[in-house]
Amino acid sequence: MDLNFSADYRVFQEKARTFVSDNLPPDIRDKVRRGLNIQKDDLHRWQDVLAGQGWLAPAWPVEHGGTGWSLVERHIFQEELARGGAPQTSPFGVSMVGPVIYTFGDDTQKQHYLPRIANNIDWWCQGYSEPGAGSDLASLQTKAERDGEVYVINGQKTWTSYANYADMIFCLVRTSTKGKIQEGISFLLIDMKSPGIEIHPIRTVDGGAEVNSVFFTDVRVPVANLVGEENKGWTYAKFLLGHERGTVANSAASKQQVVKLKEIAGAERSGGRFLIDDPDFKRDIAEVEIALTALEYTDLRYLMASAKGQPVGAEVSMLKIRATEIQQRISELLMKALGYYANPYVPEALEEGWNEDPIGSDYAAALAPQYFNKRKTSIYGGSNEIQRNILAKMVLGL
Amino acid sequence: MDFSLSEEQQLLKDSVDRFVREEYSLDQRRNLVATDEGFSRENWSKMAELGWLGVAVPEAYGGIGGGAVEIMVMMEAFGEGLVVEPYMASIVLGGGLIAEGGDEAQKQAILPSLAEGKIMLAFGYAERQSRYDLFDVETKAEKDGAGYVLNGHKGVVFHAAVADKIIVSARTAGGSRDTNGITLFILDNNCTGLSRRDYPTVDGLRASELTLENVKVGSDAILGDVDRGFALLDTISQQGIAALAAESVGCMTVLLNTTNEYVKTRKQFGQPIGKFQVIQHRMADMFIACEEARSMSYLATLRLEDPDAGERARASAAAKVQIGKSLVYVSQQAVQLHGGMGMTDELNVGHYFKRLTMIDTMLGDQDYHLKRYAEM
Repeated sequence: MDLNFSADYRVFQEKARTFVSDNLPPDIRDKVRRGLNIQKDDLHRWQDVLAGQGWLAPAWPVEHGGTGWSLVERHIFQEELARGGAPQTSPFGVSMVGPVIYTFGDDTQKQHYLPRIANNIDWWCQGYSEPGAGSDLASLQTKAERDGEVYVINGQKTWTSYANYADMIFCLVRTSTKGKIQEGISFLLIDMKSPGIEIHPIRTVDGGAEVNSVFFTDVRVPVANLVGEENKGWTYAKFLLGHERGTVANSAASKQQVVKLKEIAGAERSGGRFLIDDPDFKRDIAEVEIALTALEYTDLRYLMASAKGQPVGAEVSMLKIRATEIQQRISELLMKALGYYANPYVPEALEEGWNEDPIGSDYAAALAPQYFNKRKTSIYGGSNEIQRNILAKMVLGL
Repeated sequence: MDFSLSEEQQLLKDSVDRFVREEYSLDQRRNLVATDEGFSRENWSKMAELGWLGVAVPEAYGGIGGGAVEIMVMMEAFGEGLVVEPYMASIVLGGGLIAEGGDEAQKQAILPSLAEGKIMLAFGYAERQSRYDLFDVETKAEKDGAGYVLNGHKGVVFHAAVADKIIVSARTAGGSRDTNGITLFILDNNCTGLSRRDYPTVDGLRASELTLENVKVGSDAILGDVDRGFALLDTISQQGIAALAAESVGCMTVLLNTTNEYVKTRKQFGQPIGKFQVIQHRMADMFIACEEARSMSYLATLRLEDPDAGERARASAAAKVQIGKSLVYVSQQAVQLHGGMGMTDELNVGHYFKRLTMIDTMLGDQDYHLKRYAEM
């Protein structure tokens, strides 16, 4: 056993660190640091930088535009991105639909879509949840009916993040109502400019509108856009969920939030001293930092096991549970650090170019909305209740 | 011992409940929040007519002469409706300060107009560095003939924009964190040297940052005893905490009921999600949290009259700790059990979640009061 990465990995780490510090546009770094809203243009610029280096889709096989990095190198790269203040890249193309296409798609699909994702040309979004199909995703009702060489799509998807940014959507649709519900689902790639698609933004508690409802009315999609076999979509969706959960711990990003929490606690006054010197608050920070350390090293244990080719299964559900609980707790402490100054609602302060004096401190405006927003993390991507069911059933055999 | 309401109190409750039912749908509230002042002057007049603004004002000053229980009844109903009129700022805190600390002339001048809805009050007690310590006061008031000159800053003053008079704490003696040497002053909102920066709050209310630059006041502006203002601050803080506890109980009751209905009707995996044991236990814990909060709301209210200062202080701190714990659990779980819908602006859940979250910050959060309680 050894807690340190080998010398080769430290060289790689240095290379990744230098790359981020030399190439991440300072205005974007500043926005991330201050918790300002990241616009599509910001993300696009940064993803262009990564794509230019061939590092936008590091996990992909080399022949499709990946890096050929080992699992450990990919982990180190993720960590350096967060450490350097890079915004989270859009996961829908790179981490979600991309692996489904190179694993189950046909050659035409691979040749068309994969370079467009790896080169930051197409933006994707995910059409999974429906009003009646949340945790019970397999009960989805959006219908795809065959009409010659097209499918005709009717139905509604919801909680679709960044649908308004997207060129393409990957959708689970119902192609059969016979047999088990899981066996009538297909995986379709749909152009967002298709006639009959309507996007309705959903306003959320934090004041934002990053999620949308997407309505499909007689949308015609070429049969060539079916991934794999008809009625096998559930298999691909499960593959994708497994893929997504593997990268969910993201302890590097939470570590940056803890750094920020300490900075803020070091600036806020409490009891005639700084909040960071308040024993109770110090204890709260310590507690969440320890939980985060446990998460990080669990993630690393699973990672090293995978790197040695040992199977890691449903245990990764625990990463999703703890990662989201920790993110939520940090966001709660950040808000609590403000005292009364959690109250002012100044959404303009989260936009670029706002240069009035802040109310309270310049970091204040982002924190209560962020606490409200982070409640979504224990709901999305398979709610934490569902993740616990998976652990109970798949790992513990209950 | 008796936890039931008197006949008059029950009538009051029926009438406030009816107001909330009829005037405070989520859409009606949404419209009020979007107006310039963020609430309805018409509602305010109605509250005056029904005697609610003077419910705790002595009869001699044009009020009903009720007490803390009447305020509790009002605040619980206001919590259920997420009422945005400045009742807490103007009546509970502002009116409470005048009733507790005002001299005869001040009471005569202010309380009847307050009860009639002709004037509004606000109370500035927080400062940038003070966090939740009411005695941490850097705003200075220096003697100037018979009166004083005030300089400094007051932060997050709720509903200051609509207040005719703003009561502020200022330091007349001692160091910046001494309990002695604090004096309260009643300022006219339009007085020379007072400037305001107004803003909305995350839970749909309004607040302001106040800057005081050579604000000159006469001796008639002094509320209570010079240098001995902290006792008054402490008393009003306990009254405020009792009111917030009641409001939070109203909010939590709605979240409990709404969520319970939702889990009975929302179907996944072929059955209502309320049939799953994990959801049932969560609901049971939410129920427990609500019951604990209600008990502590009653305690905080009824102990206000206790002759023993220690008992009063402990009940108030304990109530703020318990409602803080309860409201975090109930509001987070209400969102969680509603799934994505709980995150939307469309449902009421998120609005109660935000208000409850901010109630925890008011007059000291649960961590602050836990520390105080432990040291009592």
